[in-house]
Parts: sequence; structure tokens; C-alpha cells
Amino acid sequence: MAEAGANNRRGRRVLRAFLRNRLAVVGTLLLIVVIGSAALAPTVAPYDPLKMDLVNAYSPPGSEGHLLGTDNFGRDILSRLIHGSRISLLIGFVVVSIAATVGTVLGLLAGYLGGWFDELVMRAVEIFYAFPFLVLAIAVIAVFGPSIFNVMWVLGLVSWPLYARLVRAQVLALHDLEYVEAARASGMSKWRVMFKHVLPNVLTPVIVTATFGIPEAILASAALGFLGLGVQPPTPEWGAMISEGKDFIRRAPNLITWPGVAIMVVVLGFNFVGDGLRDALDPKGKKG
Amino acid sequence: MLSYTLRRLVAMLPVLLGIAFITFALVSFAPGDAIRLMLGSESANVANVERLRHELGLDLPWYEQFWRYLGGLVKGDLGTSITSRQPVSHLIFQRFPNTLVLTTASLLVAILIALPLGVLAAAQHNRPGDYLGMGFAMLGVAMPNFWLGLILLIVFGLELRWLPIRGIGSLDKGVLDYASHLVLPAVTLGTSLAAILTRLTRNTMLDVLGEDYVRTARAKGAKPNRVLFRHALRNALLPVVTAAGMQFGGLLGGAVVIETVFSWPGLGLLSINAIRQRDLPMMQGSVLVFATCFMLVTLLTDLLYTAINPRIRYG
Repeated sequence: MAEAGANNRRGRRVLRAFLRNRLAVVGTLLLIVVIGSAALAPTVAPYDPLKMDLVNAYSPPGSEGHLLGTDNFGRDILSRLIHGSRISLLIGFVVVSIAATVGTVLGLLAGYLGGWFDELVMRAVEIFYAFPFLVLAIAVIAVFGPSIFNVMWVLGLVSWPLYARLVRAQVLALHDLEYVEAARASGMSKWRVMFKHVLPNVLTPVIVTATFGIPEAILASAALGFLGLGVQPPTPEWGAMISEGKDFIRRAPNLITWPGVAIMVVVLGFNFVGDGLRDALDPKGKKG
Repeated sequence: MLSYTLRRLVAMLPVLLGIAFITFALVSFAPGDAIRLMLGSESANVANVERLRHELGLDLPWYEQFWRYLGGLVKGDLGTSITSRQPVSHLIFQRFPNTLVLTTASLLVAILIALPLGVLAAAQHNRPGDYLGMGFAMLGVAMPNFWLGLILLIVFGLELRWLPIRGIGSLDKGVLDYASHLVLPAVTLGTSLAAILTRLTRNTMLDVLGEDYVRTARAKGAKPNRVLFRHALRNALLPVVTAAGMQFGGLLGGAVVIETVFSWPGLGLLSINAIRQRDLPMMQGSVLVFATCFMLVTLLTDLLYTAINPRIRYG
């Protein structure tokens, strides 16, 4: 009971600190709009994102019925952006889930068990860190072939070391604390101590890092889409839309402008929320 | 310092081996058949597949293949490009200087933007200068760099016609020609790093400005600009420069995309073209060089940091 009460109080304090941060609130509102429109895409998008209408190709923004104009095939850009948000958000969340799960479990085991397993994990982390993130992702996707599924697992797999390193450091700091020793002394198995008593106390920085990981994954998947190694046309993925539009930049620059703005808005939203969360959870590190 | 450097170099060996294994595995453990991938569907008849498989040594057990691959690497042999039939190492060393020029120029652009803007933001904490600096810092990291590149290309290349939009200049035509080709790619690639460094400069400066010695300097009547640049910035520089070095890998990764946008003939464009032409040995070689270079830069930054920071001494 007392523990639940303390948790509630802490939760309320964090929420108050978060809501006092204006940018965090702006970020939350941006994300509500984006996630909401992604969830309701078939209802809120004015047109089918794949429906071609060559007669009305290259309509400028503000044309009748087409708020943001149409592309080279006469497809409604706004509808494509709304449907594209589903893909970007899906990639962002799945990539971070894979990376955070794999990284957290390996970091937890490495930090708690130590010994040869720790050595092995840390060497693997070093090797993965030696590759520029995007270069490794591009190379693996080049071999496995471009698809949304491959983009997700490859980006997830190349991002785990960040979480492993973070969690391991946290676990090492907790390892010898009294409450962990007490749990061990009470005869609990090491797995139970690890997952029930240590893991919950290392999750806060993981959540903050994951909030910044989502926009990073969205940017990386857009870059892959732009290079033709991500989600393939005609699927309305934002990076692929910019790639398609670049052949028409003289005639219709709005083909690339809007997908870029969409990416920026989502990334800003997540970054604002991430900053807000970090400051609310760790008031000492706050720098405004 | 010397023994620390040596230890770091020795510690690099298993990482180098790991890098070599991953780049090797990319081709050797590829799903389906790497050979068919390389040949494409048109020319992938049985005879061609077998010929290329034998040529690349892919008919050997994997450990023998890896051993041969390592043996080649030690001798500087990265294999032969499938499309141009030239040694991969030769092609890479032709292009690599261009990538180095681009990434170094981007690093300079980033520092030249970030230091003044970060100092301004800290000096004007919670006033317009701060909002300008932080606004740039937020937008800079949120913008996809390839998109920014295209926007700059439209504005400065196509509309205003101030700068060339593709390719590399020739030094034979003068430094100006070379530099003008470099401006757009370097600014594009450097912007997100500039954003990161602006924020870091501002935050470090804010920390430093709150220190006792800064208060003492102010109290004895030093002019605000002198306090800012002589007392505060000098101490804020170290973490900023270290972060700049650490982020160099990000620039290398970004170069792959930006070189494609501006047709800058570097290692990035080479590897993307290799991927498009299914030239796996070429791709493998470029990834290996990217990773090794990244690791060396990280090591160099670490060593520099150790050397210039009097508070750190490694035994």
C-alpha cells in the first residue's frame, strides 16, 4: 500500500513537471494529431492514396479538393501523407521495441551475471558501435532486399547496443545496493532478482532513450526509402515520396516539400516529448 | 600516454576482427544465393552461377572462406569488383579522399555554426538569442538531411543559380570551382551536427557561466565579452570538440545519403551504386572501410581528449 502511494505521488510529480514544460505539451499535441490521423487514416484522408488521376497531375497546393496539391500521377498528396504516417509510426515503434527489448535483456544479463557473458556482450556492442549506423543498415538491407519488414528488423538489430550499454551501466550501479542484496539473501533465484527487482529500476532511462529512438528510426527509414532501399513505391512512405518527387523538383517542388515537413513535425513531436520526459524524470539534469 | 595508446590499439584488434566477420557474413551468409543476387535474374543460368561461385570461393566451407578473406585483408586485397573488374581497394582509394574532404568540410561547417550560435544562446539565456539558437538546434536535428539537401539545391542551385548542384569541382579550374561544388553538400551534411553541437555548446556554456571562477572574473571587473570568450568558452570547448569528433561516424553514415543527392563521387556514392548494381564485393569493401575509418576516428578523438585535458591521466 505504502509503496503504491509513493509511486502515485511520484507519478503525479512527474506529470506536473512534464505539463509545466511548454514544448513537451506542444510535442504531445503534435503526436496526438499525427497518431490520431494515422489511426483514422481511411476516414480522415480525403482520397485513396494510390488513386491516380492523370488529368489533375501536378495540381498546386490549394487546388480544388487538394489542399496540398497532387503528385506526378495526380494522387492527392495530403492523403498520401496521412497514410504514410501509419508506415513511419509503425516502423518507429517496432524498431524501438526490438532494439529496447534485445538491448535491455542483454544489458541486464551482462551487468548482473558478469564474467564471460558480459565480455561477449560488450565486445559485440563495441563491434556494432564501430559501424556507422546507417551504413550497416544499408548494407544488410542491400543483401536481404528492400521491404518494410526488413527495414524494421534491420534497424532494430543495429540499434540494440545503445540500450544494452545503458542498462548494463545501470545494473552495475544497482548490483550491490542493499535492497538487491536483501532479495538475494532471502533465497530468491538470480533470475527472479534480476527481472523482478533490478529490471523495473533500470527502465526509466530506457523509456527516455526509446522516446528519442523512435524519431531516429523514422529518419533512418526515410533515408532508406529515399535511397530506394526501404518501403517500395507506390506505398506512400515519406522518404520514398521525396525520392519519387526529386525527379520533378523544377516542375513541382511541393512533391518533396510536404513529406519533408511531415517527417520534421513527427520528429520534433517525439523530441519535445523526450526532452520533457527526461527533464521531468531527472530534474537535476534540466537545462531548459 | 604511450602505453595507453598501445593498449587501445591492441584492444582494437578483436573489434577489427568482428568488423571483418560481419562484412564477410554479409555476403557469405546472405539468404538465398548471393550469386543469383549479383547476376540478376537474366544471366543467372547454372553455368554462370557455378563459375562465379567458384571464382569468389563461395564453394568452400565458411571458415575457409573467412580465412581466405582475412588473408586477403591483411595484404590489402578487398576482392574484385564484379561490374568494373578492378580491385575493390583501388576503386575505394580513388574515391575515399573525396568523402574525407566532404566530411571534414561538414565538420568545420558544423563547428563554425555551432560555436557562435551556442555562445549567443548561452549569453542571452531565455532571451531572443537563446530562442534563435535553440530553434536552430531543434529544427536541425528534426530535418531529414537528404530533404534539406534537395531544398538547398532548389533554392541556391536552381532558383538563384549561385552554386553548382552536382558533382565535384576540379582543382585545375581553381580553388573557387572546387569550393563552390563543396558548399551545398557540406552545409547539408553539417547541419544536423551543427544543431547537436549548438545545443551542447549552449548547455556547457551555461554550466561554465555558473562556476565560481567566472563569478570571480566578473567581480574583478572583466568585460562581459572577455568573460564569455576568454574564461567561459575556453573551458566549454573541450566537451564540444570531443562530441564533434565522436559524431564523425554520423557524418560518414550521412555521407552515403548526401553524396547520392549531390552526385558527389565519394565512397558513399560508390557503395550505393555498388548496391544498385548488385556488386557485393564492392559493397563489402566500402562497408569495411567505413567501419575501420569510423573506429580510427573515435580512437583519435579519445586520444586527443586525453592529451588536451589536463585533468585526465591514463596510466
